[in-house]
Amino acid sequence: MTQFLSLLLNGISLGVIYSLIALGFVVIFKSSEVVSFMHGSLLLVGAYSIVRLQDPLGFWGGALAGIAITGILGLLVDRLLLARMRGAPVISLAILTIGVDIVLITELTRLIGPDILNINHPWGGQVLHLGSVGITANRALAIVVAAVLIAAFFAAFKYSNWGVAMRAAAEDGEAAALMGIRLGRVSALAWVVGGVLAAVAGLFLVGSPTPGVTPAVAAVALRAFPAAILGGLDSTGGALVGGLLIGVAESLATGYQDQLAFLGRGFGSVVPYVVMIAVLLVRPSGLFGTRELTRV
Amino acid sequence: MSDVVTSSPAAASSPAAPTGAVTADGRGGRTAGTVFKAVVWAALLVVLLALPLYVNEFWLRTGFVVFGAIVGAIGLNLLVGTTGQLSLAHAFFLAVGATTYTYLSGSPGGFTTKVGGLALPPVVGGLLAVLAAGIAGLLFSPLAARLRGIYLGVASLGLVFIGEHVLNTWTSVTGGFNGRSAPGFSFFGFSFSDADKPYLAVLGVPFGQSERLWYLGLALAAVSYVFARNLIRSRPGRAMQTLRDSEVAAAVMGVNVQAYKARAFFVSSMYAGLSGVMFALSVGSIAPESFSLAVSVQFLAMIVLGGLGSVGGAALGAVMVAALPLVFQQYADSLPFVAGVGEGGIVAGEAARFLYGAAVILILLFQPSGLAGLPQRFRRPRRPAGEVTAFTPGEPAQGAAPAQKTEDRPTQSS
Repeated sequence: MTQFLSLLLNGISLGVIYSLIALGFVVIFKSSEVVSFMHGSLLLVGAYSIVRLQDPLGFWGGALAGIAITGILGLLVDRLLLARMRGAPVISLAILTIGVDIVLITELTRLIGPDILNINHPWGGQVLHLGSVGITANRALAIVVAAVLIAAFFAAFKYSNWGVAMRAAAEDGEAAALMGIRLGRVSALAWVVGGVLAAVAGLFLVGSPTPGVTPAVAAVALRAFPAAILGGLDSTGGALVGGLLIGVAESLATGYQDQLAFLGRGFGSVVPYVVMIAVLLVRPSGLFGTRELTRV
Repeated sequence: MSDVVTSSPAAASSPAAPTGAVTADGRGGRTAGTVFKAVVWAALLVVLLALPLYVNEFWLRTGFVVFGAIVGAIGLNLLVGTTGQLSLAHAFFLAVGATTYTYLSGSPGGFTTKVGGLALPPVVGGLLAVLAAGIAGLLFSPLAARLRGIYLGVASLGLVFIGEHVLNTWTSVTGGFNGRSAPGFSFFGFSFSDADKPYLAVLGVPFGQSERLWYLGLALAAVSYVFARNLIRSRPGRAMQTLRDSEVAAAVMGVNVQAYKARAFFVSSMYAGLSGVMFALSVGSIAPESFSLAVSVQFLAMIVLGGLGSVGGAALGAVMVAALPLVFQQYADSLPFVAGVGEGGIVAGEAARFLYGAAVILILLFQPSGLAGLPQRFRRPRRPAGEVTAFTPGEPAQGAAPAQKTEDRPTQSS
């Protein structure tokens, strides 16, 4: 039972990190119809810049700068590349982000090399104990920070001008534009938000109990993809639920590896995709996604 | 109803508008253009056939890798470019082909890890491998048929990771993490590997493994090319193109959407399977890391570079993306920006990835019809910018003309 609770708690902490990344996907998709296949490398850019900047700027300065850099990178991708392709088919836009991903990931792999870089989190690798259930301080903090960020995001999404503009743009881009909403600005802001969320997720993802910054982190971030799809690509609430679901499933599968030995070692990292395909078989638009209707 | 009929053929025909005069299926009279084309093709074929007599082994080996990539790229293009189904699962189907071939034709044994094998004749193993990949595609298609556009792209992403996991786990068949060696190919007693082959020389040039594989690759790539080209020009091909342009319009025209998606997956996966077999032959072994997501992305880069929907473009893109790293590697010393292994700086593989990554971005931004669309760009006055979409088919005349015809008919009669 203790093991189960511990796995559950760790799964939730992993899940909120996935949720942060998935929220970024969803916001970007809603505002600009772009499915960002470059989120893995975006997250890695964040983590890598934090590692490099923490020496000159200290941890907090480095973290802020790294998060800012990632946000700006998102902004640049949107303004310089995607803004030129408005109205192109969704698939072309997605492939464009794959192109950016190839370039970014190649450069990052080259920069990181075979090393494992570590972010010196002030909270280090200590473990908190809630009764008999243990969780690393890093993951516990991830839950708190993610909860705050997600709450702030949903509040902004519901009440701020930007949130209203974005929901309008997602509902009907043309009508929103006619009402004076600048679609370019909405999507630019969405990319900044997506980049910032990815960088924050990266900050926690590379901390204990996972090893530090390696190119493999980008592949971990890709597992937020099933989270976004599972919840429904155009549903912010879905991203949250999907992230938690994926996180818990992965954590449980990894924890009960011995009982699941017939599925092979390392099955935990595949679980997100298995869950995703299972859900999509039943609900092709995800759990909370709007079903595509075709009107003739 | 009426909305669909008026809007979709218009969308489909807009890229073709300037080329509307071209005959629908190329069956028109022999113009200077077609003669010129035939001459170019014949010259290319002669050069490719004669090449093994002149160039060294490096180029022949690279050539076989490229032929394998061409087959795979043409297959993916049928799915993504022609039918409009984004798939990142190509590496998975490659893996199915390569693994099935290795298991069926390989002999049981192994040094550290015990692997099984049926030791069937390589031709049988190869054919069954291609079929197995096709069946894997068919099995995935019920899911694929339900998912639209981008959901499909991400779901197919999952297939790659699941496939990699299976490759790592199912040790008795795949050899596990370290992989296993692949059996050489032979065709009714004619061996394509360096082992147990009788000496053969043509015009004084000894024909070893690489020369023989070159011809095998050339033949397979040529057959794949012709098959795909004919498929696109045929009735099913047009159905696939209509499916890409608008599923609703396709359904209205009487195209069975689900069935055609399944068939597109079937054919595309068979291509991937064949490409996988050729990959196993060129490397001589298979390992899980050879079938990672990066491979799928590479194939996607090939077809985008070449031009989505164009068979020739896919082949051209495959040549670029597959050959670049190898060529960079070989000529690292004479290329200013490429460093050798361990020298620091950008090594060959990275340089190639930078190049085709950037090329994908630039092509999508400025030349959405890819390399295949370049001649068109210079031949005719430029179209108004608004009309150009990234999904401009490589050979618009074939895809759009029939759609236009069906649209015209009711207008003329009324």
